Amino acid sequence: MVKSRASMIFAWALLAPAILYVLVIVAWPLVETFRLSFTDASLSRVTNYIGWKNYDKIFNDTFLTVITRTFTWTFFSVLFKMVIGTFGAVLLNCAVPGRNLFRILTMPPWIVPMAIGIFMWGWMYNGQFGMISGLLQRFGLVDGPVAFLAYGRPAYWATIMTDVWIGVPMVTIYFLAAIQSIPRDLYEAAWTDGASRWVRFRRITLPLMMPAVITMSMLSLIATFNSFDIIWILTQGGPSGETTTMIIDTYRTAIGSHKYGEGAARAVVICIFLSLFCIAYFNVTRRLAATEKA
Amino acid sequence: MARRSTDTRAMIDRYRWWEMLAIYAGLCLFLFFMLAPFIEGFLVSLKPLAQLFSSPYSFWPENGSFKAYFTMWDTVPGFARYVINSFLISITSTVIVLLLVVPAAYAFARFDYKGMGLVLGGFLAVSMFSGAVLLIPLFRLMRSMGLLNTYFAMIIPGAAFLIPSAIWLLRTYMMRIPTELNEAAYMDGASQFYTFRRVILPIARPGIIVVAIVTFIGAYSQQFIFALTFNSKTEYMPLPIGLYAYFGKQEVIWNELMAASFVGIAPAMVLIFFLQRYLVGGLTAGAVKQ
Repeated sequence: MVKSRASMIFAWALLAPAILYVLVIVAWPLVETFRLSFTDASLSRVTNYIGWKNYDKIFNDTFLTVITRTFTWTFFSVLFKMVIGTFGAVLLNCAVPGRNLFRILTMPPWIVPMAIGIFMWGWMYNGQFGMISGLLQRFGLVDGPVAFLAYGRPAYWATIMTDVWIGVPMVTIYFLAAIQSIPRDLYEAAWTDGASRWVRFRRITLPLMMPAVITMSMLSLIATFNSFDIIWILTQGGPSGETTTMIIDTYRTAIGSHKYGEGAARAVVICIFLSLFCIAYFNVTRRLAATEKA
Repeated sequence: MARRSTDTRAMIDRYRWWEMLAIYAGLCLFLFFMLAPFIEGFLVSLKPLAQLFSSPYSFWPENGSFKAYFTMWDTVPGFARYVINSFLISITSTVIVLLLVVPAAYAFARFDYKGMGLVLGGFLAVSMFSGAVLLIPLFRLMRSMGLLNTYFAMIIPGAAFLIPSAIWLLRTYMMRIPTELNEAAYMDGASQFYTFRRVILPIARPGIIVVAIVTFIGAYSQQFIFALTFNSKTEYMPLPIGLYAYFGKQEVIWNELMAASFVGIAPAMVLIFFLQRYLVGGLTAGAVKQ
């Protein structure tokens, strides 16, 4: 490639619009979040700097519970996504008639507007008339109606289930691509040596798709940590705060009660966690790329 | 040789009957989980409201009909408007993203000047932060720009978060275009811009189409939080927020809500169905082995 001053200017000129856009819409608000977290910004026109008061105020038991809950909620959601995604990808990779159709049928939860899928889950979770409760009663697994969104524990798992459902298609397709990029010779060699299907899965597929699993679980972790729509539509953080994650908590404080300053402080805590995940992600991908080259 | 390798392939892929059974059983279970809400949603849309709110639960609709698909238009007269709004927002977002991303992806794929690696990392970091985290300053930004309760309040922030993955996907695609083309164009005296415009863009078209589809899907499926927070005007509401109109004062009109959901997603589904052959190849090409 010819290197010259002109081409350097050209390269940066190509990048400039995108950089500028992201600076205004993402980077500046990020800085602004930090600034606002030290103010008492609200609906009133006057905003004062109040030092660390917001942080003093938010760090209490309730907030720590919310943080813990966010982490467990995210953990289970990512775990299920990975397990179900692997399950689906391995099955969709099988050479059986109709697999192209099955692959397409995996996509809808991802492609359909999230809110619509969530509305449908909302109905399924309905205790009196919903499908899950209805079928459980029909098969005699429970006695009375189960209103999944009315009580804390069931609501917690119900929101996780819906989040898993929305996340699985992307994970599955990504894992499927990873499995398909494993050289066929390996399987043929193992087959010649008499390795069973299970051994081939355990010794070839699983280890070789591990980089994809690690990358995807990191990406999924970040996306799940940011999850808002599902909980907001299903429970709005209720009942009695049992499904309130950090994002929901921030939204309620900032948009619900118009406490922008305090909301910003809560958002800053989220940003710190996200930055840690982000650093971890970059480290992991760099290490994976290094081992791949070696 | 070729003969034998196809034989091996056939042998490896041959299942015994119980293996076949297990695979199909597993696939059924998996697909049931993925599709159950749609199946149930569709059946709900066929049931009369009285049957919906009756115990015990019945899976199949008794004397089901498509009535809800007709009455839904009267219950919420603005429904067509919501679908059009959704499309308008998604298409505009996609155009903005493409205008920004196509040149940027080319720069990342072809040039490697000092600082560009850092900028690429910066773009990727953007995708770690969702709109929900940055909502407060974005809200104030939109308010001070006078954009609250306009289409732009939903388009501008939404587009920003679609940029990173679009850059990544297109950059991967463009890196596979041979540099010899640039060199040949240079030898022929073409300017950098001319090369980009007349040589690279036509070749990258399939990649750009994939990125456009993925961006459109993203924009279409994630219209919620900005529309919920930055817009309160009924006439600008996109589909997901508009559907709340079926949540009546007394009860949710579930059968019409489900009918409206299916009508609302139908146009996008048709579009995606026709474009999916571009999609599968393009997605997997960009996804793995980087």
